Amino acid sequence: MKTRIFVTLKEGVLDPQGKAIRHALEGLGFAGVNDVRAGKLIELDLAPDVGEAQVEEMCRKLLANTVIENYRIEPAGGSGGDGSA
Amino acid sequence: MKSAVIVFPGSNCDRDMAEALSQVGGRAPAMVWHRESELPAGLDLIAIPGGFSYGDYLRAGAMAALSPVMAAVREAAQRGVAVLGVCNGFQVLTEARLLPGALMRNGGISFVCRDVPLRVENSQCAFTSGYRAGEEIVLPLAHHDGNYQADAETLDRLEGEGRVAFRYRAECNGSARDIAGIVNEAGNVLGMMPHPERAVEEAHGRTDGRRLFEGLLEAVSERA
Repeated sequence: MKTRIFVTLKEGVLDPQGKAIRHALEGLGFAGVNDVRAGKLIELDLAPDVGEAQVEEMCRKLLANTVIENYRIEPAGGSGGDGSA
Repeated sequence: MKSAVIVFPGSNCDRDMAEALSQVGGRAPAMVWHRESELPAGLDLIAIPGGFSYGDYLRAGAMAALSPVMAAVREAAQRGVAVLGVCNGFQVLTEARLLPGALMRNGGISFVCRDVPLRVENSQCAFTSGYRAGEEIVLPLAHHDGNYQADAETLDRLEGEGRVAFRYRAECNGSARDIAGIVNEAGNVLGMMPHPERAVEEAHGRTDGRRLFEGLLEAVSERA
């Protein structure tokens, strides 16, 4: 069972990487890109008995640093399961 | 001074740290591999060196913070043993939540590698007792993820409790309030991005880092 974790920087936290990407897009001639935020997509292949609570714990303990990042858990075959910290 | 240097796969300042501790402390430190679950008995200082532990995978310091040896480091820190984290070591200490906040990619994206002037903000803890409060020193910086961030409340608390040990004299990596190094509440855990171990002998070009180790040595001797 595939579960996807999206890790993004919290609002208000400056994203130097996103800023650099925006500049690069601008350099390529793409106009109108107001802002870019870069994050991570982590895909987990889980055994069927791994519950949502365990995935939450994985996010809090390792996959995201909740001091600066939010995470969103997207279970296989659908969206939802918002685990923003 | 009885010390240990923690070595992770990807550490690259462990030998510099060992050399500084040997020269100033008069005794070679124990080199402790990350898989160890116990530290040598009777340590005065644990040093977590710079480098790129576990290739900086996921986030700088994230994997190292969960390695077996860190449980022993945490336990020692709670007992009051001095813990010094430099560069990647600072990142490891924040990821292990032994220090508040986080170290993000530098504000200007670039890897910063140069000597920078710092202000010693607090000379009250064991690590900074060799300096005068307000003194300006120069230490080398070499990092990509040294941009210290924490929420406003945490930053205010750090400032209010005198826990900002070092501050950059000028903006260099985007750090909130130009913070270069902080201590924990008890004052026995210091994390800093600049490298004191790279400025201990004349051949390094600078010796401002030497007094950090000298101050520690003195503080440890007094306690004994």
